[in-house]
Formats: sequence, structure tokens, C-alpha cells
Amino acid sequence: MNFPANLKYTEDHEWVKVEGDLATIGITEFAQGELGDIVFVEIETVGQSLNAHEIFGTVEAVKTVSDLFLPVSGEIIEKNEGLDNDPQNVNEDPYGKGWMIKVKMSNPSEVDALLSADDYAAIAG
Amino acid sequence: MSDSQTLKLVPLNDVHIAAGGKMVPFAGFNMPVQYSGLMPEHHAVRNNVGMFDVSHMGEFRLKGPGVLDLLQRVTSNDVSKLTDGKVQYSCLPNDTGGIVDDLLVYRFNENEYYLVVNAGNIDKDWVWISKHNTGGVEMLNMSDGMSLLAVQGPNAIKVLQKLTDVNLSEMEYYTFKTGMMAGKDHTIISNTGYTGAGGFEIYMMNEDAEHFWNTILEAGKEFGIIACGLGARDTLRLEKGFCLYGHDIDDETSPIEAGLGWITKFEKEFTNSAYHKAIKENKPSKKLVGFDLIERGIPRQYYKITDGKGNEIGEVTSGTQSPSLNKAIGMGYVKSEYSKPGTEIFIEIRGKELKAEVVKLPFL
Repeated sequence: MNFPANLKYTEDHEWVKVEGDLATIGITEFAQGELGDIVFVEIETVGQSLNAHEIFGTVEAVKTVSDLFLPVSGEIIEKNEGLDNDPQNVNEDPYGKGWMIKVKMSNPSEVDALLSADDYAAIAG
Repeated sequence: MSDSQTLKLVPLNDVHIAAGGKMVPFAGFNMPVQYSGLMPEHHAVRNNVGMFDVSHMGEFRLKGPGVLDLLQRVTSNDVSKLTDGKVQYSCLPNDTGGIVDDLLVYRFNENEYYLVVNAGNIDKDWVWISKHNTGGVEMLNMSDGMSLLAVQGPNAIKVLQKLTDVNLSEMEYYTFKTGMMAGKDHTIISNTGYTGAGGFEIYMMNEDAEHFWNTILEAGKEFGIIACGLGARDTLRLEKGFCLYGHDIDDETSPIEAGLGWITKFEKEFTNSAYHKAIKENKPSKKLVGFDLIERGIPRQYYKITDGKGNEIGEVTSGTQSPSLNKAIGMGYVKSEYSKPGTEIFIEIRGKELKAEVVKLPFL
């Protein structure tokens, strides 16, 4: 399974791409496979400042619904509007077209607590 | 997975794993929920052909001169209407107003019937029917020895016709024949299914299951047959408005409330029939309805149904994104005054009341 080394990960199966104090967040290839065909990504927290581990959205697959947890504290400044019409992008391209939100981190040092690709691969094995 | 140690395994368990089946616990069995993906599997069955292993289902053989009397007393439908080779959908009412299980009744001859029941209810059904078996009917639980493959979809008949001399196109819906298929005699070929896509269900002994599975896949190759899991089975049945035990019907729902009046025949007496007859005559206070979700979301079992002003008027029993209709659909019980098609109702999803509309079943 593909877990790019340049990304950070959470035990909740989200990935984080860090660029300065900006974090781009999505769910991992493992997560999308477990969920199955994703039909709806609901994110209504754009503009809100949330703490790490708070719920920022929900992903609905045909069979299941799953909450999305914010990996790092900060303001959600953007969501991937493209998922409104093409939620399957999360299945097909979880690290690319399937990205979900961008966060302006309030405490970038939280990134240090995230998992490396190797550590995450051990969990998601 | 630690669960799998206590789960029952179908004879094809290893075949499913080798085929890439994602195995999940279902009704006490380790079952494939999907192989290539729910969507392609759903579309294969709706538009072409797919095969499900549903060997977790239970089969009882009932034999003896008192069998019709027993079945008339424990099932809601009129078994006397069956002739040899016919199948009937029915349910086992309990004595507290609900349903023990829904099932298929197969008539082999006037003294021999098979019952096909839900996997999760095998023990409960056996105890229930045994309790009512006061006339000495010989009962045999064949569940652990029989396998069941559902070959479903508009092209299922073309695949299976290659494997049998039984003229499948002459078989009517809800009839069965026993005959030679894939080189195995005494195979039960049943024109039934839970997908509304057409096709057949094939009953065989466990030791022949792998032979049938492989032979049918091979015969279906030219048509593009694929293995399908329980996930697609659920979306397919929901599009057709078929009830699923444990969701749309259970120990507490009346078949009348569930829209199963057509299998509830009051020309005869059965368990608690007076109670259900009274519900029918007085109009049920709640009804199972289908609905389309108008606003964006997916309804799920146990979500509240409201009037849009925060007042609860019912509960969702099944819901999904329909792969064929490409919209969110569901079923649930609502107070009868909200059951007319066209009525605006609301589904409470994550604290919000989302607009939905009662529609006629089936969805498709």
C-alpha cells in the first residue's frame, strides 16, 4: 500500500502535508479501502478554528459513515470543493485529487507528534 | 481477527479470501462483503450477471402428513396455494405482535417442504417451529450441510443454461426444479433471488460448492460474470424495497405495518393472526415507507424521522446511496398520517433535519 514518505499520518488514518504553517489533510489509501465506495464528503467547518482531534467533517461510503478528525489545531481555511461532485476522487486519488481541507495551524509543533510513513504503515499493515 | 475464531465458516471461505473477498462477520458467519468493489458488483448484477455465496442461509426439511397443517399454523402466507415445485415468500409471526423471521417455503410434494431462513435466525426459527410441531412432523436442519449460490442478473439464465438440460426459460418466477446441473444430480434450481434483477438460486451439498462456484464462474466468463458480496446484495435489495430482517422487520414489527399484507392471509389461522387482523381492520398506526432524501446526506438505520419541526414521527430502518439511481434512498417506519407518497418528511442526520419525500416502493 502506498504511504508517501513526505506526508505525516494519524492513528485515525488521516494524512497531513505540511508546508510552513499550512497543513493539507486527507484520508489514507488504507482508510479509503476500508470505507469502500465513498459517495459523500460533508465538511461544514470552513472558517472555524478547531482543536486537534475535533471532528471537522464526515465521510459517507455506501455501507458506512465515518467521522473525520482534525490532526492538528488551527483554522480550516479551505475545503476541496471538487469532492462535492466527485467524492470518488477520495478512493481513486487519496493523496492528490482526494485531499479534503487546508488548515492554518495555530501550533505547528503539533506536527512533531504525528506519525511517519513507516510508523503509520506498521499500524495500517 | 480474533472474531473469526468464533465465526462459522462457509465451505467457500478460503475461495473467497483467495479471490480478494473482504471478509466481515455477518450473522455469525465470516462472509465476503465485497470483492472488486460494491459499485461494480452492484452494476454487474443489475445490468449483467454476478454470483453471491449465500451459504450462510439456513435450510430446514419438513416431512410427514402433518406438514401442511404445521406450516399453515406457523407461517402467515397461505401454504395451501402452493403446488409441487412452487416457492412462497412468507413470515413466521411470533406471539407478541412481531416476526420471528421471514422465509421461503418450497413445496416438493404434499408431504415434503423445505424452508429457507435467515442465517442469524436459524436457531431461533428451529426452536420456534419445533415448539409448534405437535403433529409429529419430521424436521431436519440441513443448514450445516447445504450451500447456496445466487446467480443473479439479466444474463444469469444464459450462464446457467450452459450447465443444465433443465429448460430454465420455461421456469416461472418463484418456481424450482430438481435436476442435473454442472454434472451434479439432485441440484435444486430455484427461480428466486433477493436482487430484483432476475436469476436463479442454486442449492447443493457443501462438498460440491467449490465445484459449482468454479464451474459457474468459468461458464460466465464470456458474459463477464463477477463474484459479488453482501454489500451489493444489500443495495440491490433496497432498491427493490425488499425487507431485510433485523432492519425493516423484526421481533416487534407486524407484517401489516411492514407492507407485507400480501403474504398475510386471514382466510386461515396462524400464530397471533387475530392481532394482525385487528391491525389491518383498524389501520396500522405506523407504516414502513420508502423515501428519497432530497437534501444531501445518506440515511442509516436508527436515524430519527421528523416532521421538520423537531418532532419525531418515525425511524429509519435501511438506507444507502443507490448505485443504480445515484441518489440517497431509505426505508423506515412513520406514523401512518405521514405515509402517503409525496409527503414531506425529514431525516435527522448529525443534528440536522434533512428534507426527504415519501415515495412508492420499489424505488426501481
